[in-house]
Amino acid sequence: MSHSIRAEKFVADVDRTTWHDETLWFVRQKRDKAVYGVPEFQELRELASQIKEHTLSRLDDYLVQFEAAAKANGVHVHWAADAREHNDIVLGIIRRHGATRVVKSKSMLTEECHLNPELIRAGIEVIDTDLGERIIQLRDEAPSHLVLPAIHLKKEDVSDTFHLHLGTEKGNHDPQQLTEAARQHLRAKFLAGQVAITGVNFAIAETGGVVICTNEGNADLGVNLAPVHIACMGIEKLLPRLTDLGVFTRLLARSATGQPVTTYTSHYTKPAEGRELHIVLVDNGRTQQLGRPDFRASLKCIRCGACMNTCPVYRRSGGHSYDFTVPGPIGAILSPNIDMKKHSSLPFASTLCGSCTDVCPVKIDIHVQLYKWRQVLAEANEIPASKKWSMKFMGRMLTSPKAFGVSGRLGRQALRLLPHGLTHATSLNTWAIARELPEPPKQSFREWYQQQEGKS
Amino acid sequence: MKVALFVPCYVDQFYPQVGIASLQLLQKLGITAHFPAQQTCCGQPLANSGCERDALPIYQHFVDTFQDYDYVVAPSGSCVYHVRKHFDKMEQSDAVQHVRAAAYDLIDFITQVLGVTDIPGRFPHKVGLHLSCHGQRGLHQANESEMTPVRDGQLRRLLSSLDGLELTELDRNDECCGFGGTFCVSEAAISGRMGQDRVADHVRNGTAVLTGGDMSCLMHLQGIVRRRQLPIRVLHAAEILNGLSC
Repeated sequence: MSHSIRAEKFVADVDRTTWHDETLWFVRQKRDKAVYGVPEFQELRELASQIKEHTLSRLDDYLVQFEAAAKANGVHVHWAADAREHNDIVLGIIRRHGATRVVKSKSMLTEECHLNPELIRAGIEVIDTDLGERIIQLRDEAPSHLVLPAIHLKKEDVSDTFHLHLGTEKGNHDPQQLTEAARQHLRAKFLAGQVAITGVNFAIAETGGVVICTNEGNADLGVNLAPVHIACMGIEKLLPRLTDLGVFTRLLARSATGQPVTTYTSHYTKPAEGRELHIVLVDNGRTQQLGRPDFRASLKCIRCGACMNTCPVYRRSGGHSYDFTVPGPIGAILSPNIDMKKHSSLPFASTLCGSCTDVCPVKIDIHVQLYKWRQVLAEANEIPASKKWSMKFMGRMLTSPKAFGVSGRLGRQALRLLPHGLTHATSLNTWAIARELPEPPKQSFREWYQQQEGKS
Repeated sequence: MKVALFVPCYVDQFYPQVGIASLQLLQKLGITAHFPAQQTCCGQPLANSGCERDALPIYQHFVDTFQDYDYVVAPSGSCVYHVRKHFDKMEQSDAVQHVRAAAYDLIDFITQVLGVTDIPGRFPHKVGLHLSCHGQRGLHQANESEMTPVRDGQLRRLLSSLDGLELTELDRNDECCGFGGTFCVSEAAISGRMGQDRVADHVRNGTAVLTGGDMSCLMHLQGIVRRRQLPIRVLHAAEILNGLSC
């Protein structure tokens, strides 16, 4: 199913679309305010971009350096080529400890690897401890946003979900009371956790440590209560030095939510006495993307979600319309690398307005890559045949001024003579769903110009 | 100075008055632009659909048509952006490089090449300005809200120089209208909704005349205005600057 079909369903609910758009626009405005307050923000973006490009250019070296440093700290380092290996490694660690209860903070990588269903199948209880993640976990849904995973839901939806699963009062939509119910519910899970899984925002090659940014402190609580910590990260999360980190922490939260910094920025370098720290380094398609010069820069992404908040298409079509772990503009350039056929419509789910590129804190040329993916997809015959042939026809017509003039005249005449019901039949012409066609003039500009020249 | 007027394909066919206004406006500013009759299109509709390869002959036709001119002026930031940015797919002969550098959006040509800062005239209406994303973010014709809260730009200034003209202050100054080339039909539901939201911003803030530098966005917005029978007139900026009264 293409993005446009899923988007059409979302946008059919006019009021909900308005609410979704306005909610995310509000976050974009908060981002703007935070950005305007930092005079050197554009220099920071440039610096971050260069650090990431440098790191990607010698990622192999930095990965080896990171592994050595982490091992020296007493950390267990694991390498996973794909999602399958990642899940096996994580499950292996859990089993070795005879654990059955896992608490997990936010991690898009484990979403990408579909870890939860894998663990559940193996008889492990896995609880997402980020509030938004927990809400969608109870509903058995995928996150619809990188930073705000339950942004597609209203407080009424959360109330219904909590009533069903946590026994809260039916019809009580009070956010504070709902959050309190989640706190009480999660507290018990935290205390019972035997293994804590977390994502990773940044990993430092120099120190072998990982950095996790949250607002809820749920990663820290989970890690500090459980004897085993498994940190799962994509290999692109590396930064060379600890001194590089400040550039990114200044950009991340401002771009994501408009906060100067996340509430918690936690460094995990060594396991505590008597405890274990595992770091799983995952490729899962990343080296393939690294090998595509036009699309390599997509690996600079720090998962702030700013491109989603600003994207006028995302705001009106919702994260689920992308049907990929990472939705929005960045998802549309990451997904064809994973499965070109399945995600062939995503690079076309954009007007190429370029706002995503302009808010991206690491200056990924998102809209340029969308344009380039379109070329790759068309060459691979992954665009609709009707589009392909109409473009071929247009190509012919537009190299012949005569054919262009004649087709234009005929088209305008047809538009004038045919009944409105036919020219605006939405089954034939999707333009007419929301719009009138332009009123065709009797004379084109070229006809007028020729006439003027004849006069003079 | 040898100046050619490039009239985008859909403007030629549906909005001849915009081509006429561009020609006349340039004339008033002392420039006699010529319209080479063999011109067709910049090839953007094909390339944005992924069919860049099929667009190459169109690019070549464009270069052949305009290579003997000092400037190629078009009332469209989007087409000019395409020529400048995406004609990199061709072999970069002298002619190609020249045409890419010589391509100017009408407003940029007036302000940057001719150095015009104000236009004498009167237009006593509340005017809502919609810049195309290719003009704004591609050609940097105006400040972007992603970067700065200051709303400024060449066309904004030119329009403000007209007597009696009041600019609408929009809630979202530079959000995309949702036209997006073939996006407008392949993602018709989202495109339509984006256009409706953009028009609603203008209605809410009192726009009587909706204008901009790209007729493609305006064609889409006009389609919505007409469908909803709203009391908003849609005009290309060249028409206003050329002294149209309404």
